[in-house]
Amino acid sequence: MAKIIVTTSGKGGVGKTTTSASFSTGLAQRGKKVAVIDFDVGLRNLDLIMGCERRVVFDFVNVIQGEANLKQALIRDKNNDNLYILAASQTRDKDALSLEGVEKVLNDLADEGFDYIVCDSPAGIERGAHHAMYFADEALVVTNPEVSSVRDSDRVIGLLSSKTRRAERGEKVREHLVLTRYNPARVEKGEMLSVKDVQDILAIPLLGVIPESPSVLTSSNAGAPVIADPLSDAGQAYQDLVARFLGEERPMRFMTVEKKGLFNKLFGG
Amino acid sequence: MDLMSFFRAKKPATAQLARDRLMVAVAWQRDNDGRRNAGPSYLPQLREELLAVVRKYVQVADGAVQVNVQREDGLEVLEMNIALPDAKTGS
Ligand SMILES: Nc1ncnc2c1ncn2[C@@H]1O[C@H](COP(=O)(O)OP(=O)(O)O)[C@@H](O)[C@H]1O
Ligand SMILES: [Mg+2]
Repeated sequence: MAKIIVTTSGKGGVGKTTTSASFSTGLAQRGKKVAVIDFDVGLRNLDLIMGCERRVVFDFVNVIQGEANLKQALIRDKNNDNLYILAASQTRDKDALSLEGVEKVLNDLADEGFDYIVCDSPAGIERGAHHAMYFADEALVVTNPEVSSVRDSDRVIGLLSSKTRRAERGEKVREHLVLTRYNPARVEKGEMLSVKDVQDILAIPLLGVIPESPSVLTSSNAGAPVIADPLSDAGQAYQDLVARFLGEERPMRFMTVEKKGLFNKLFGG
Repeated sequence: MDLMSFFRAKKPATAQLARDRLMVAVAWQRDNDGRRNAGPSYLPQLREELLAVVRKYVQVADGAVQVNVQREDGLEVLEMNIALPDAKTGS
């Protein structure tokens, strides 16, 4: 049985696409057969982060509208044979998706033997986000330690428990908190909400904390998900997150300020 | 002890402010959406009984009594909100 996971947040620019790319890559690195779908119709981005933008011929909307079949539209990842990307359409508008169309694609992927289908949601709580979350079994609720992001995540958690297929059947979507762009130094100075603050407010289980990291930008420049960079703190945090998702015990890292040398202690910023 | 921070002007810790504001904003949002009053199952009953008690003394609308459980610093806080009707003249 394929498991459907939505990466969602309400607010834009918090790290959903970054998380979808690394999460799906991490699952594939661990031998799972994974498809990752960009639901951001009109604002395709996942292809760039995955570094497959030049190989997009057909997209999600083409498949839904019967202009291409699924096999033609799935792009095999350059580094992982069991990871496939389904790009968003760049030219259509959001009305090109329908719940029936989405359901058919998800069912076809499940029939193809995919273990995990990761749905990268667009921002907002309108149709696009609804389509991305509706069939989900589990949700990665991507949140930044910042007031508007936390409030929007709370909205989204409400939608997950009311406006999804599972909710309509009286079942629960399993929610995971993914706190990204975390800056322990600012937390220690009292300038940023802490992990605990966000957990207390949202009250869903924490799957991982991803530090604010310059390597996210350099990875996206190069078209490789940050999880593929073994030297990156954010990449390592995503590795831990994927391991935890698959049931391994991993202590949380990158949640406190690294100890500095004496020089930095005295004169550092 | 960080010497430089000793000399730097102390800025107020705004994270606590953010937390407090969010607690309120999120509670309001949850009530408003009529959802995730994720609290214990006795809450609806408690609300009904409180409403009945209040109505012995003041005539209030059905939604006038709100009950929430908030978690703060590991403590559970039972929060009650009872809105009285606008004071009308001559009644
Ligand atoms: N952990 C992080 N550290 C630094 N920058 C990040 C991190 N996560 C995301 N970003 C940056 O934030 C921006 C938005 O990320 P993206 O994944 O596209 O968000 P969304 O899909 O939610 O709109 C991008 O410029 C990305 O490089
Ligand atoms: Mg995105």
